[in-house]
Amino acid sequence: MDVCIVGIGIHPFGRTEGVSGLEQGVFAARQALADAGLDWADVNCAYGGSDASGKADIMVNHLGLTGLQFINVANGCATGGSALFGAYSAIKSGEFEVAMAVGFDKHPRGSFDPNPADWGLPQWYGDTGFMLTTQFFAAKIQRYMALHGISRQSLALVAEKAFHNGALAPHSWRKQPVDVDTILNSQMVNDPLTKFMFCSPAEGGVALLLASEQRARALGVPLVRLKAAIVRSRQQGSFEVFAPSIDVERGLGATPIASRAAFEAAGVGPEDVDVAQLQDTESGAEIMHMAENGFCADGDQEKWLTERATWIGGRLPVNTDGGCLACGEPIGASGLRQVYENVVQLRGAGGARQVPGTPRIAYSHVYGAPGISGVTILER
Amino acid sequence: MSSTSQQRPIAEGLFTWPAAEPRLIGGRNRETGRIVFPMPTGNEAARYEAVALGRQGTLWSWTVQRFLPKSPPYAGPETPETFRPYALGYVELPGEVIVESRLVDVDPETLRIGQPMELTIVPFKTTAEGVEVFTYAFRPAT
Repeated sequence: MDVCIVGIGIHPFGRTEGVSGLEQGVFAARQALADAGLDWADVNCAYGGSDASGKADIMVNHLGLTGLQFINVANGCATGGSALFGAYSAIKSGEFEVAMAVGFDKHPRGSFDPNPADWGLPQWYGDTGFMLTTQFFAAKIQRYMALHGISRQSLALVAEKAFHNGALAPHSWRKQPVDVDTILNSQMVNDPLTKFMFCSPAEGGVALLLASEQRARALGVPLVRLKAAIVRSRQQGSFEVFAPSIDVERGLGATPIASRAAFEAAGVGPEDVDVAQLQDTESGAEIMHMAENGFCADGDQEKWLTERATWIGGRLPVNTDGGCLACGEPIGASGLRQVYENVVQLRGAGGARQVPGTPRIAYSHVYGAPGISGVTILER
Repeated sequence: MSSTSQQRPIAEGLFTWPAAEPRLIGGRNRETGRIVFPMPTGNEAARYEAVALGRQGTLWSWTVQRFLPKSPPYAGPETPETFRPYALGYVELPGEVIVESRLVDVDPETLRIGQPMELTIVPFKTTAEGVEVFTYAFRPAT
């Protein structure tokens, strides 16, 4: 028996003055319940979390004190993916019939300001200006471009697509298309990445309701099967966020490890995927993650992007709601937004951003510090 | 470079200094031989042997920090008015480890991956008490 996603809810991403992160999570939860035709009292267990907006289990004060099992999840950028893994496992094991995965966040403006000690790093590392996630992505794509012949133009093409798609998605933050020249000529942030090539910390909330296949059939909702929900860390020798040193002998990063495990669990391969949401903290990340998730060989992205193969209507549409670039990154909700968008696409409910041709297999990938990845594969 | 009581490194045990040829101090795992930087501290230190790393390497990757980082964690002396972008990146020390470092005396227009780099010790800031604080950096090898 498969685990199915029977209800989805989202609070619009971006900036919502006067509404807390928690309230955005509650909003999404109520929407997911209505979508599934379920009451909060029908939910047997919930896994939820935020990175910067407090404890998710406080949501029961708003949704109802039903005595359900509510487990708080705190796993950095994989918080949403980890909540989903918890809900998935609870149903897969047969312990429960209906489970919710929920994530929300509301970050202050500007870059993140992590404390070195929280990451097992010495104080001098933060003191002297290395404690910025943006530097990691810039250094990683800088080397990747040199090794695999990726141009600055390709970085801009990714961002151009993101803002185009974002303008079509009701839940996105950035609603204005931006042209390639504006992207290339905007303020340099961390070379080679300009302002329009980076996502920003933001706000938002997403809730997903999962149920056993039996229960999903009884509900009469479209059967969207969660074939894989995987969270993985890294191997020795990988290059990850906040690394004062890297091994000379290279090893696998979190993304290829999670991706391979997910394809194996789902029994499908990259060639079977009809739509993908890939972590795009910045436009170079999307390029590298295309290869790390097995969708193309290193360097092929240059051709793919020129041919618009990752646009809606292309060979493999990527980040159909504009991804992090157009939606911003509320850490606790970001990975669940990708799954939300995939469910919308598999239901054929994407409206102006719908992937044509009845997509059947949808893939999502989230990545973050200190080197964790969450991958899901959905099947209609 | 001479040291007086008015000068100190950003952290003890990070590099040998003052010295005619300063070196970064890494840690070699006593079981596996794996080298890490910096040398681990606390309980973890017992599993590592401190090693002075090579002073010469090649540029592995780089970027430029174009905006003033948030404080904390950043503890540099700049204000939004005085801030100047700084280059940073990774330098591969052959056969040892790839270390993250500030890059000095570089022009981003001409930096290329693989170019020879060498260690240097540079002033980072002066404290309110007038103590000069030094950190490490790599510069193009001469």
